[in-house]
Amino acid sequence: MGNGMEALKHLRKAYRMRWKRRRLLYRAFRKRRQLKPVTNRTAQIAADDILVFSTVRNEMVRLPHFLEHYRALGVRHFLMVDNDSDDGTRAFLAQQSDVSLWTTPASYKLSRFGVDWLTWLQRQYAHDHWCLTLDADEILIYPHHDTRPLRALTEWLDSHGRRSFGAMMLDMYPKGPLNAQTYVTGEDPFSILNWFDGGNYMIQRKDDLENLWIQGGPRARQFFADRPKRAPTMSKTPLVKWRRGYAYVSSSHSLLPRMLNHVYDDQGGEKTSGILLHTKFLHTIVEKSAEEKHRQEHFANSELYDTYYDGLTQNPDLWCEGSTKLISWRQLEAMGLMSKGNWV
Amino acid sequence: MLVHTAFGRAEQIARHWAASGCPIVIHSDKSVPRKTYAAFKAKLSDLPDVRFAKRHRCEWGTWGLVAATQEASQIMLAEFPEVRHVYLSSGSCLPLRPVQELIDYLTERPHTDFIESATTADVPWTMGGLDHERFTLRFPFSWRKNRYLFDRYVALQRLVRFKRRIPNGIVPHMGSQWWCLTRQTLSAILEDPERASYDRYFKKVWIPDESYFQTLARLYSRQIESRSLTLSKFDYQGKPHIFYDDHLQLLRRSDCFVARKIWPFANRLYDAFLTDVSSAMKRTEPNPGKIDRIFAKAVERRTRGRPGLIMQSRFPVEGRENGLTCAQYSVFEGFTDLFENFEAWLSKTTTTRVHGHLFAKERAEFSEGQTVMNGALSDSATLRDYNPQAFLASLIWNTRGERQCFQFGPRDVQDIEWEIAKDHNAQISVITGAWAVPLFKSNRNFSDIRQEAALLQQIESEHLKTLRSPWTKARVRIWSMAEFIEAPMEPLQTIIDEIGQQSLRGLAEVPKMSDLTGFGQFLQNLKNQGMHPYLMGDFPVSHGQGEAPLSQPKPYLVR
Repeated sequence: MGNGMEALKHLRKAYRMRWKRRRLLYRAFRKRRQLKPVTNRTAQIAADDILVFSTVRNEMVRLPHFLEHYRALGVRHFLMVDNDSDDGTRAFLAQQSDVSLWTTPASYKLSRFGVDWLTWLQRQYAHDHWCLTLDADEILIYPHHDTRPLRALTEWLDSHGRRSFGAMMLDMYPKGPLNAQTYVTGEDPFSILNWFDGGNYMIQRKDDLENLWIQGGPRARQFFADRPKRAPTMSKTPLVKWRRGYAYVSSSHSLLPRMLNHVYDDQGGEKTSGILLHTKFLHTIVEKSAEEKHRQEHFANSELYDTYYDGLTQNPDLWCEGSTKLISWRQLEAMGLMSKGNWV
Repeated sequence: MLVHTAFGRAEQIARHWAASGCPIVIHSDKSVPRKTYAAFKAKLSDLPDVRFAKRHRCEWGTWGLVAATQEASQIMLAEFPEVRHVYLSSGSCLPLRPVQELIDYLTERPHTDFIESATTADVPWTMGGLDHERFTLRFPFSWRKNRYLFDRYVALQRLVRFKRRIPNGIVPHMGSQWWCLTRQTLSAILEDPERASYDRYFKKVWIPDESYFQTLARLYSRQIESRSLTLSKFDYQGKPHIFYDDHLQLLRRSDCFVARKIWPFANRLYDAFLTDVSSAMKRTEPNPGKIDRIFAKAVERRTRGRPGLIMQSRFPVEGRENGLTCAQYSVFEGFTDLFENFEAWLSKTTTTRVHGHLFAKERAEFSEGQTVMNGALSDSATLRDYNPQAFLASLIWNTRGERQCFQFGPRDVQDIEWEIAKDHNAQISVITGAWAVPLFKSNRNFSDIRQEAALLQQIESEHLKTLRSPWTKARVRIWSMAEFIEAPMEPLQTIIDEIGQQSLRGLAEVPKMSDLTGFGQFLQNLKNQGMHPYLMGDFPVSHGQGEAPLSQPKPYLVR
């Protein structure tokens, strides 16, 4: 009896999730006309190429290093949406021979933070490809990334029947006030942003999508200590072997169908996972925060985040006695922030 | 040499073998497109001693692999009569030592068959829970493509107790697919008059490529070395481990002749082992032990994980944590109430880190008044109470290598109590009723004191129920306050001994106990007000009526 009820509940949830996924796909479909192609080089995409999908706005400072990092890992094509940049981002991206670019002036927030646009592009171009969905301030690393290109990882995931790969965001920050050191475009951002919070993360498993909700890090510590529930989500699943019917639910934190969120082991073992080094806290953040506060485009209930933006515009020092200095991926692995699992 | 993908590498390897004068028979999977296969064949056409076997479809765990091997072996034996040892390899195998060293090694052992071969009872690495049954059931459905039918059919056969007869009473053996057999043994297997019946039998065995030659070699071999000359590691799901560029040193040190599987794009490995003749090694026996350990650890990491670590890809359901925390720690309840300098004394006596009340209502009282601990763990009570379990697990994880001690009591946030009680890493020592001492010392109105005493007593008695529950796994010691002060040295010594990190001179110093003169009267006053303080045990009223105590000196200094 109990089992029957349980099964029925399960079915109902599955049905609800199915419709949710369809709604998301339909949203993406309706938003398709917001995208104007600038350069469409998708004809270059070969069958087993690894793709990057990203929505950007005024990211000229970060993009050269971003592209360089992912090219070095073996990404073959970038599909980018420029959300009304005015700092030369569009012209820069249009010149890159491995970038296909669309542009839109429409609202980032109403497009669920760019996800609707990317879902539409992914539906057309990502089917059967391993694809990375990223922001311009996210630099993916994973165990052995210095000796094994992404393709080694994706082939290994394929051979183990995995279609998704988790990589938690790690907020990287400098020692001292955020704008004390000026980042020069194209250089390694982690020569400035070389500190992080090593062990203050709080994890809950979400019942509906079965994903892990990770919070913590310097922002939770500094700006959300009085309301931890509002602290930014750090969990991400950026690498997915895409199928047409897949859809990200909120940013790249969670997906549908739900099995893609099972990037963790719940029987005590460790699955292989990576880290997204977050380059948000370059010196530009101080200025940008004032603008973001004004635009109210980054959070669902933006006004709740006013004090957070105010905090950032005051050019704070995120460093503390307990901060850890970044040395290598092996360090992050040993600290348990990511795991080799059985990929040795 | 069995090939099904990465033909460029396969060609490279074939040339490498051929350069040392080894004839090669190549079998390519039938599912490879004809064009690719033809191109591959054409590329190797300049090598005189290369033959191609008739193509079979080689799906994992099916008969095709055995048929392909038989076919290729027959060609090898027939066309190259000078061959003494036949080495079964694949396109993703990489010779680690100069081929001549292998040739010499085999010449010195002319009658030895190198084939891993063990009875089912002796191998730990069977997949899918099928060990002996893979020889007594039938497996017409593919495990990879038709898992449902595969499982159902196994279940059905179990239900009707179906059992196949094993022909001629052969004893099934299993082992690595990659062997090196002598002409005598291999030809005996292939020319056996009973071969048809063996083949018929093994066609329906599950994963015959790991048992056909392994079983039949036992019938004919003069001398079996039950090990494979090919270094090949499998993970817990039976998938082969893949070697990448960063394994170069590891492979060098293994002294193995051949390794698989090599990632086709591992350029550094191919360059190093195929061109670099000067790296020739000493004439040593293969020593895969180092690699074995690393891969065994990887399996452990994948299946059991690091105990006490909760992270993005390890989030065990309740009961599968294998330890809620990663190291032992101590919880002290009531000690700071009873002793005036307990924390300072404890950190002096032991080499541990001693915190105050980590779960205090105002903030986490880290040692030395720190506001942030290792791992940038904040002392904010709100952050801590948002997920107390994560807070504790992080604290213990972040400070690995240094034992943590902290205070706990009924004035603290109690949410964590079950987590601690269920944790076998926790050592919990409780002096019940000691919370009354600060009340006794306080300068507050008695009615407030009475109210708070009632509340604290209630909280602590609930807490004691938790500690005494059958689910508690922590090492718990409980004394009533009266019991404890009677002979405080003994319990203290026990606790310190158990922590096992005592500094050298024993308990040279002792903590200073609060002056309890009048405490008995204080309790009596509470009783007179209608409250019933019982957790502290019996304290005679007479103490501290201003009269000299009967036996114990004041203050209660521990000796």
